[in-house]
This record gives sequence, C-alpha cells and structure tokens, in this order.
Amino acid sequence: MTISKDQIKVEGLTGDAAIAHALKQANLDVLAAYPITPQTIIVEDYQRFAADGEVNAAVIPVESEHSAMSACVGASAVGARVATASASAGLALMWEVLYCAASMRMPIVFTVANRALSAPINIHNDHSDGMGMRDSGFIQLYCQSSQEAYDTTLMAFRIAENHKVLLPVMVGIDGFILSHNVERVEMLPDDVVEKFVGVRDPVQPLNPSKPLTMGPLALTDYYFEFKEQQDRAIMKAPEVYKEVEAEFEKITGRKYGMFETHKTEDAEIIILAMSSMGGTAKVVADVLREKGEKVGVIRLKMFRPFPAEDIAKALGNAKAVAIFEKAMSFGAATHPLALEVRTALYETKERPMIVDFVVGLGGRDVTPTTFVEGYEKTKEYLKAGKAPKYETLGVRK
Amino acid sequence: MSEKYNEIPMAGNIIEPGNSKNYKTGGWRAEKPIHDPKDCLWMKNGTCGRCWIFCPDMAVVLTEKDGKYSYAYNYDYCKGCGICANECPTQSIHMEKE
Repeated sequence: MTISKDQIKVEGLTGDAAIAHALKQANLDVLAAYPITPQTIIVEDYQRFAADGEVNAAVIPVESEHSAMSACVGASAVGARVATASASAGLALMWEVLYCAASMRMPIVFTVANRALSAPINIHNDHSDGMGMRDSGFIQLYCQSSQEAYDTTLMAFRIAENHKVLLPVMVGIDGFILSHNVERVEMLPDDVVEKFVGVRDPVQPLNPSKPLTMGPLALTDYYFEFKEQQDRAIMKAPEVYKEVEAEFEKITGRKYGMFETHKTEDAEIIILAMSSMGGTAKVVADVLREKGEKVGVIRLKMFRPFPAEDIAKALGNAKAVAIFEKAMSFGAATHPLALEVRTALYETKERPMIVDFVVGLGGRDVTPTTFVEGYEKTKEYLKAGKAPKYETLGVRK
Repeated sequence: MSEKYNEIPMAGNIIEPGNSKNYKTGGWRAEKPIHDPKDCLWMKNGTCGRCWIFCPDMAVVLTEKDGKYSYAYNYDYCKGCGICANECPTQSIHMEKE
C-alpha cells in the first residue's frame, strides 16, 4: 500500500544529504570511508548521525580509500550491512579492492558523487571515475535527482544482498550538479524503510564456529570457474532490480526502471544520456517537440549490467540515436556508452545511425543548447547518411 | 579438479579448512633435497631439526619410534626451495636436479 502523505517527511536536500539520510535509515552495521569532494557531505552527515546517537553503525575513519574499501570487505565478510562513499581520485585509489569486493561477492553499497579524474586536478562532474570502475564487477546505477538518489540507495541494499546476486552496487550522482544542489526529497518513515530493507541474511559469513577461508589463491585450475559464477550473478541483477523496484513502487508510487523513456515511441531521433543530463535532455526534447521535431529521450540508469536487449528494443524504430556521454575511453573505437549501445544494436535488423557526443568533461556545463547542437548535427548526419564514430562537443577546437 | 562452476563454493571460499592438502605442489620442483644420514644430528640423537623448523611446506618428516630416529621428505609438497640444505649445520643435505 502506498504510504499516506502525512507519514512522509519532505525536506530540501542535496544529493549527498539525501544519500546520507537513506544510509541512516538503512540500518547499516558499518560505514568506512575517507572524505573526498564532492562526496564529503555523505560521510559528514552520516558521522553526525553517528555522533548524535541516531545510528548504531560503527563508523571507521580510515587513512585512505584503499583502506575504506578493504574495511568494507572485511565487515561485509562477517555478514554486516556495509556502505561507503567516494569519488574521482579516491575511487581510483580503491580500484584494486573494488575488484576484490565484487569477486568476493560482498554486497557493499558504494555511493559515488561522480567526478573527473586527474590530471589536471578537477573537482567537477563527469563520469570518468564510474567508467574507470566499469569492469570491476559492481552493479552501476546512475541517478538523475536527489529523490532518486535516496530511493536508489535504499533499493541498492536489497539488490546487493539478494542471494541471486550478492554483488556490490554503485549508486552514482553527478558531482556538484546533484551532490550539492538542494532539491525536494520525500523521505519515508523509519519503520517503513526498516521493513523494506530488512536485515541482511549472509550466505557464507566468517564465523569462528564454522571456519572458512575467503579470498584465497585460485590459479589456472579454478579461477575461471569463479569468474563464470560472477558473470552469472551480475546477469541476475536486472531480474532482482525489477522485483525490488516493484515492491518499492507499491510503497512510494515511484519507479525509474533500468532506463527511463521519454516520448520515444514515434521518435525519429532518440537522445540517450545518463544521470542529470537526462533532465536537461527531456526539457530540450519537449521544446523541440513543440516545434514539430520527432525526438525522444532515453535516460539510462543501469549501466552495469547493461540492459542490452531492452535498450535495443527501445531504440529499434528510431532513425538515429544521439548519445551524450561524459567520459572518454582514450583510443577506443567510440566511448563507453556508445560502445555498449552499438553492441546492443548489432543484431537488430534495421539499425539506427549512432552518433556519439562526448560532452561535459571536467564539469563543462552541458546546457540545453549543447543538446540542440547535437540534435541538429544528428539530423545533418542522417541526411548525409554518414556520421563520425564520435566527436567532442562543447570544447574549444 | 573436474568440478564445474556451480559445483564449487562461491567466490573461491574454502569451506573445509586444510584443503590445501589436496593441492600437491611437488610438481613445481626443479631440484630435490637428498639426505645423507651419516652426520645428521637428528639421526644421531634426535637433536637439531633445523631442516624441519625452516621447511616452509612441512615437507621434512622427522619421526622417532622406540628411540630410533628416521628421516624422510614428503615429495608431494616439497617445492625444492633448498632452505633445508642451506640451514643444515652438518652439510647432510644436498640438492640434485630433478
């Protein structure tokens, strides 16, 4: 049953604060983190909750992000509900242990305020950090609003800890754009969240009365089999995500899907983007629609596992897909999001033209005009029947 | 070693402690230790045992029965590192090519 309005607490929260509130209500056992802009407020707020006695979790202030993720793995191994947060260089320092967390099947919730990677040092938003950890085995969910960040953080525990999955989940918000912007957030009552998230039921925890070894050596003879397990586990994520979200929708009336479609049904050109860019793209599409343009938007939320079949279906009837992405894979045929979309569409009979725009690196504003420019270019490419593999947009060149 | 991905514990977890016994590492060996009992202190009076202490693979097997001492290697696990030969104070151990 949907929660009645008088039970909901409405506050103006930044994306970071919304996540901190979700973590507070999710009944964590352990939070180990190291501060880095623009994620800092998540941990700052959470530590305040801990200092005020509002949460029971052990907060471990570690000396680095490598240690933060290591502490999370250790705590998760004994069966604790664990979360951490990071961004950019901090996330990069975690890199080795990210793979351990996923391979050891630790259901850690990792909230990230996505930020550019050095050098030059830059504190603003792009998706280089998220794409850098793309192959680590984490499930990746990118959010468009503070509300979605709150909702997704709560759902992330259920997805991660589900026995069919048992994998860590990254919940991404755009650094500064979302992490530091105040938006209206509806928060559920504590008891409703408590019932929704439940208590983690660990499958094979460390326990002195039933000794076991985690993370041992596996060479040529077994390693590959463990990777097979891991691959199958992440492929279960969409099914579990749908179940969890259906349950969440019953309580809140809100759902996001693995991706959101906006006026795509009869669209000739579909704009595909992630995170906060989705909001801008939708506004642009609405204005273009008023002018008679057949344009729609897909705002992708789940990047890992990539919902290839569903995306192919959703894009199938368009003439072109204009991808806007905030990361580069230097030297690649195209960039991360376009690589996925191209692969997803390869088997479809009439493939739409794919246009890949790299935008917004290092926090460069991606304004409505950026989308209009990309849209106009896409129309020209359609007319010419040919498009470059990718191009940068919004850079002085 | 013929188990499929779904016939082994999750994530490489070892749920029976001590199962490294099933993983015989003797095949890694390029040289093997050869023991000469003539001057060996263990064989003489059950003292010393430096080879046993230092062996990282517990592959030196020292036994005593009714005051009689015997000496052996467990070649299933001896990797041929040569530490025993290096530590022996009476040069009773030498390494030979496999």
